[in-house]
Amino acid sequence: MSTGIGARVKRKEDKRFITGKGKYTDDIRGDNQAYAAFVRSPHAHARVKGIDIAAAAAMDGVIAVLDGKQLTGDGIGNIICGWAVSSKDGSPMNMGAWSALATDRVRYVGDAVAVVIAESPAEARLAAEAVEVDYEILPANAHADRALSKSAPQLHDNAPGNLIYDWEIGDGAATDKALAGAAHVTEMALTNNRLSPNAMEPRSAVAIYDASDEHYTLYTTSQNPHVARLVLSAFYQVAPENKLRVIAPDVGGGFGSKIFIYPEEITCLWASMKTNRSVKWTADRSEAFITDAHGRDHHTTAKMGFDKDGRIVGLKVDTIANLGAYMSLFSSSVPTYLYATLLSGQYNIANIHCNVRAVYTNTVPIDAYRGAGRPEACFVVERMMETAAREMGRDPAELRRLNFVQAFPHQTPVIMAYDAGDFDANLDQAMAAADVAGFAARRKEAASRGKLRGLGYSSYIEACGIAPSAAVGSLGAGVGLWESAEVRVNPVGTIEVLTGSHSHGQGHETTFAQIVAERFGIGLDAVSIVHGDTDKVQFGMGTYGSRSGAVGMSAIVKAMDKVEAKVRKIAAHVLEASEADIVIEGGQVKVAGTDKAMGWHEVGLTAYMAHNLPPDMEPGLKESAFYDPANFTFPAGTYICEVEVDPDTGETEIVQFTASDDFGTIINPMIVEGQVHGGIAQGIGQAMLEQVVYSDDGQLLTGSYMDYAMPRASDLPFFSVHNAATVCPNNPLGIKGCGEAGAIGSPPAVINAITDAIGNNNLAMPATPQAVWNAIQAAK
Amino acid sequence: MTKVTMIVNGKAVSREVPDETLLSDFLREKLRLTGTHVGCDTSQCGACVVHVNGRAVKSCSTLAVALEGAEVTTIEGLSNGELHPMQTAFNEHHGLQCGFCTPGMIMTSVDMVARYKSEGRKLTAEAIRTELEGNICRCTGYHNIVRAVEDAAGKM
Ligand code: FES
Ligand code: FES
Repeated sequence: MSTGIGARVKRKEDKRFITGKGKYTDDIRGDNQAYAAFVRSPHAHARVKGIDIAAAAAMDGVIAVLDGKQLTGDGIGNIICGWAVSSKDGSPMNMGAWSALATDRVRYVGDAVAVVIAESPAEARLAAEAVEVDYEILPANAHADRALSKSAPQLHDNAPGNLIYDWEIGDGAATDKALAGAAHVTEMALTNNRLSPNAMEPRSAVAIYDASDEHYTLYTTSQNPHVARLVLSAFYQVAPENKLRVIAPDVGGGFGSKIFIYPEEITCLWASMKTNRSVKWTADRSEAFITDAHGRDHHTTAKMGFDKDGRIVGLKVDTIANLGAYMSLFSSSVPTYLYATLLSGQYNIANIHCNVRAVYTNTVPIDAYRGAGRPEACFVVERMMETAAREMGRDPAELRRLNFVQAFPHQTPVIMAYDAGDFDANLDQAMAAADVAGFAARRKEAASRGKLRGLGYSSYIEACGIAPSAAVGSLGAGVGLWESAEVRVNPVGTIEVLTGSHSHGQGHETTFAQIVAERFGIGLDAVSIVHGDTDKVQFGMGTYGSRSGAVGMSAIVKAMDKVEAKVRKIAAHVLEASEADIVIEGGQVKVAGTDKAMGWHEVGLTAYMAHNLPPDMEPGLKESAFYDPANFTFPAGTYICEVEVDPDTGETEIVQFTASDDFGTIINPMIVEGQVHGGIAQGIGQAMLEQVVYSDDGQLLTGSYMDYAMPRASDLPFFSVHNAATVCPNNPLGIKGCGEAGAIGSPPAVINAITDAIGNNNLAMPATPQAVWNAIQAAK
Repeated sequence: MTKVTMIVNGKAVSREVPDETLLSDFLREKLRLTGTHVGCDTSQCGACVVHVNGRAVKSCSTLAVALEGAEVTTIEGLSNGELHPMQTAFNEHHGLQCGFCTPGMIMTSVDMVARYKSEGRKLTAEAIRTELEGNICRCTGYHNIVRAVEDAAGKM
């Protein structure tokens, strides 16, 4: 059975997970382990007038009580946002100071003011409760749309009116003109609801300081340990990079929330040095809800104009984006370059303009969550398309088809240059698989049972394979977004691949091994993938933005190219043949057309014995590479959702969910389908269940699984997942990426289906039974 | 502090623990059986499920000292040598991604299948979904988990 590209290979990493042998951060115990508990603000906005630690410090087991003054006094720097986005008037974004432990003011419920280090978690928690903080409560605001009003409380002195930036993209005047001349204009107000990522493994950190070497080790729940080390070192001045090792062992899901460097990791490292103890912190779920960066929370009005034939002439979008109380690591890029640049969707639109105002509110910081900006863009475009079709009396599939981009490359008016795709093919495949032709009959049959049946489309596109370094640099990114890899062939022919990508569920230990084993004709078991440790892997930008295939694997391919070149030289030398005649297959390195061959392992041995190498060749067989992508990649597809609504209760059942995706080359379809399933589940969660709710004064009302509706097995259907691919021309394997598509494409499909069923286009997410019932009543 | 003795994965273990010690802490911190995970603090997610006297129990909501003499099986003790059919099915059907919910999912599912078998009831996909009410997975969308349980049910 083939294990190469396209094979449904069972995952190599499963064994340890299904037997309970996974090693997650909280499973690790340092020498001399102590435990941290944070003292957190119960108020959404307050001045810190004083902190009395006396009672806490005297409690059993307490080693230290540390606060923000000590932290900043030791030179630990503020938490920063690493992507500079300027306002349209050229002024830089207004980044408010964020200290890992607040010194004078707290700005959201959960903002940390002090930390207790104790012998046990229980003692640390008890003592944290005994720390007395004198707060002067200030007025607070949790809502983005209120943040810009004159009466709203001001969060940061350097951000007048709570405005972080007022940014735009596209040609406003041309778009206005196009809309003025349009035969039909669809106008909508759309909210993209605020979500909590909820990776099932809560965040955790184990910081181990070695005083003899002034060296720090941090085990942490990270999607990008090298980025964590870089930021901890360069910006927070915790320790120089050569004195800081960051290890992200098994990580239990991320979805974006584990990209960022949070106050807790910084504090644990610093506290480890202060106390000369290993310091561990693990969030409980309640703490995760008030510390993990949230996602989405966009408030948008949009106008889409069409000519008399149904062609889109212009799209104008105005968005207020909530970034919470402070700017998290990549927060600025999410509602700008990851959002507005995708507003062309799959369509030929000559005129687009988008204005985005990002604002501070007294809530948990908001940053990238699965899809990051692209679900918000897709929701705007695809809700508008469906609604416009209904308003104009056109078939929603045909309206899309009429406007699809047909020729590639295609330059949109909002930066992106789509490189390849066949949008018709995905639409056709989805329509056939969903049996759209039979829908009318199914609707009739449902009606006979008193149910409202509806069908909704979503034709999504996203920009993945993040990202060409120079391009993102010109847009304000503070890092390059290449990837690195090292391929080490051992003297016995086994191979270790060290990758800067990080797997927290994506199955890299299997898929990455597949491309290596296939390339060198060896068994899958002879290949090991090493990731997640800054002492082992040379560097890496980590895993997010569906980049591990398109960027991470491309780096591996580059390194393999170098290995292969050396193997050819060695074999040609030993076998006395020309390099061009060397072929590598089936565990052998052969001379084509002859019976001359050497085993793969013999090449390794020859390289390391170095008794018989070509003149001037260095011994060993190990190569590394850095790969910087030439362009973003553009996964796209069509999702079709079919629902039945009970008009008496508003209860909605998804009776069929069909996906047709174009991810480019697929290495392991089993794993890719799994990614789509998980993404769709999160998208359905957003559309029907999930919502972070704050009271007006900033108290989090959805702080546990009792109140925040996570999708359960009984909330979801089986998914019908299909693939109609075009190859990505911009990377060696032709990969586009698959990690976020499900979460991007599905919410509008669901809402389009429900609104189709109930005959009211005005329905906000999450479409709970109550919301659906209300919409039904409003339409009567 | 109370001394508690129980049989964990077939071996008798005794520890002196504070009365408020949860079984999940007892297993993870006292016995270092870290395959049992803790994913929430409201008894909702099921990452912590183990078997107590043959029944699935949320170890985050069970006091260790209440289990004097009990038989506890964790994910580490589910199979001896050979994988349990439920473990194999999770691998075969790609029923896990990050693996964090997996121990609890498997322990819940083993109990589920055994219960339905002993009661002579048919375990449909719909029933599996309902039975998984107390187990949250954020990665898989449950599709492949349900398939894995269906498959294992036929082999147990
Ligand atoms: S940890 Fe026990 S149910 Fe979540
Ligand atoms: S596999 Fe990650 S939570 Fe289930």
